[in-house]
Amino acid sequence: MPSYVILEKCDGCKGQDKTACMHICPQDLMMLDKEKMKGYNRDPWLCWECYNCVKICPQQAIDVRGYADFMPLGGSVVPLRGSEDIMWTVKFRNGTLKRFKFPIRTIPEGSAQPLGDFAEGSADLKSEFLMTEPASLRLSALPTIKK
Amino acid sequence: MANFPTVEVTTDLLIIGGGMASTGAAVEAAYWAKKNNLKVTVVDKAAFDRSGAVAMGLSAINQYVGICDGQNTAEDYVNYVRQDLMGVCREDLVYNIARHVDSSVHLFEKWGLPIWKDEAGKYVHEGRWQLMINGESYKVIVAEAAKNALGSENILERIFIVEPVMDGDRVAGAVGFSTREEKFYVFKAKAVICAMGGAVHVFKPRSSGEGIGRSWYPPFNTGSSAYFTLKAGAEMTCQEVRFIPVRFKDAYGPVGAWFLLFKSAAKNAFGGNYMIERKSTLQDYAPYGLVKPIPANLRNYLGMLDVNEGKGPLYMMTHDAIAALAEGLDEKAKKKKMKHLEAEAWEDFLDMTISQALLWASQNIAPEERPSEIAACEPYFIGSHSGASGAWVSGPEDLAPKEYFFGYTNMTTVKGLFAAGDASGASSHKFSSGSHAEGRIAGKAAIKFIVENNTQPKVDAAKIEAMKKTILAPLDRFAEFSGLSYDENVNPNYIKPFMFMFRLQKIMDEYAGGVSAAFTTNKYLLERGLELLNLLEGRFREVGRQ
Repeated sequence: MPSYVILEKCDGCKGQDKTACMHICPQDLMMLDKEKMKGYNRDPWLCWECYNCVKICPQQAIDVRGYADFMPLGGSVVPLRGSEDIMWTVKFRNGTLKRFKFPIRTIPEGSAQPLGDFAEGSADLKSEFLMTEPASLRLSALPTIKK
Repeated sequence: MANFPTVEVTTDLLIIGGGMASTGAAVEAAYWAKKNNLKVTVVDKAAFDRSGAVAMGLSAINQYVGICDGQNTAEDYVNYVRQDLMGVCREDLVYNIARHVDSSVHLFEKWGLPIWKDEAGKYVHEGRWQLMINGESYKVIVAEAAKNALGSENILERIFIVEPVMDGDRVAGAVGFSTREEKFYVFKAKAVICAMGGAVHVFKPRSSGEGIGRSWYPPFNTGSSAYFTLKAGAEMTCQEVRFIPVRFKDAYGPVGAWFLLFKSAAKNAFGGNYMIERKSTLQDYAPYGLVKPIPANLRNYLGMLDVNEGKGPLYMMTHDAIAALAEGLDEKAKKKKMKHLEAEAWEDFLDMTISQALLWASQNIAPEERPSEIAACEPYFIGSHSGASGAWVSGPEDLAPKEYFFGYTNMTTVKGLFAAGDASGASSHKFSSGSHAEGRIAGKAAIKFIVENNTQPKVDAAKIEAMKKTILAPLDRFAEFSGLSYDENVNPNYIKPFMFMFRLQKIMDEYAGGVSAAFTTNKYLLERGLELLNLLEGRFREVGRQ
């Protein structure tokens, strides 16, 4: 069934034109039942289990129940994604618990500058240099071969 | 006809797709467009932040040449790709990506991607060309730079592009529909970059229930690039190259870190190592079979021979590898090392194939205690990673032989239509970073094309109307006929898209070398398969959708 919405926790992202899970799903599976104000996965058979809906949900109202045709019940993998890192809680079917924390980015969200702080190149459309080359290659010239 | 209003968008450069190649094209094209007063528009069927094959994240960057450190040269990379693909590669394209890819990786680092560093401040390599990263937000970060370059107002999301609009032999734009509203879209552009990914679910997946969604490559790579370039009349290449990765069985978790970083071996159930026991078979594939690194497809082939002989399952010997890495350490150091290895091993899955972590948890598999099954996935058609299928594109002027250079780098054989990432063929092993670099190459070249061909191609309104009718026809057909039977799924006038997919998968699986045929086929099977595909084409026009 892949990702599913825990009805008790979901508030349908009240007051917004679309829910967070609808916004992010790369496969366009998440929908909002406007009468019940609950999100749902409309086609679990084509869910990639990418966890993007789980990670983005402001209510932590989405979980994943592994594909029934090869995953035994009882295991779970739960992320908690912050602005700088992500925490994972992995629970084995036999109860073993593992926790991991990994960084996700090194500069604040939104601050990526397209040119990095590399110098611009020659600004010549005819040259083979891309925008920040050769600086972003950390070379003085672009490699080529003699034909 | 279904009543969808038509929305027209006119731009200079249209970039279609939202993955690594598209983000590369967007950031580069935005730079050159600004200098030349041109407009760039991205159209994506998903959310740009999490669109494409890197949507979930990645645990490694698989292409970093390290030219600035004197580690390798672009020629070295070409030699590696030619060897791994057993000669199937356009050396001009591979070289071109290889000489630019480090620039993209250095930009990723500036944009905030955490790349592992050793104590001396050097990148940590997984293998000769691979860098380890904390890549949960890899795509988000790369998309952010593109967004900041282009402006969010120039990125249109949740629009599914179907086919190109042509003005004679020049591309003039694209048409598609909103996936959220009843709207039909017409994009008019002076040049188009096609970067809509590869083709998944063409072959029958191993899973037959819910798990069919757990393809190795994302199920949302629906073959749009191939369809788009074919419909434009572009010459295609390497369409026969099926990419069949070997991965951890069922959840398709990555094996690269286990083979390269942890130095693990794979063995059959009887303890035999097919790389040793079947070494003599490699001689049949000289010269490639005799040179290291042995091409991945030959390594996988040797494993397949074991499976076909009834020696399965195949196992990644994770426990042996971990034991070897901790060998000789005192108790305290060993404990520390094991904790470190455990985090590395789990992050490898959690960054890019979370299902594999869930599978290990649900089957109580601790990698330090027991080995884990590996198996060949179902085949895919992709131009990146270790695939090769896609459009035939021009090489760069300074590298390409004369017949491989037709004016603008990465332009297809159709005027004004460029391809990158999974959409361009014969330039394997570009992975995420190389696809981004190739997107940048295409982005700059497309702006150059527009500057030198700065006229708005003509768009024939009657042709657009005809395309709209064809695209909306399944809705009309469903509306007209679905009331005929009690169960709308069983109707003599149409089949549903899901059944269309199943029929395609059955044909490809059984006739074109899928899993159930043990990846084998022959001329007669292919010809019979083609007959059946032609009948599928007839049905295709009858697909009904509510």
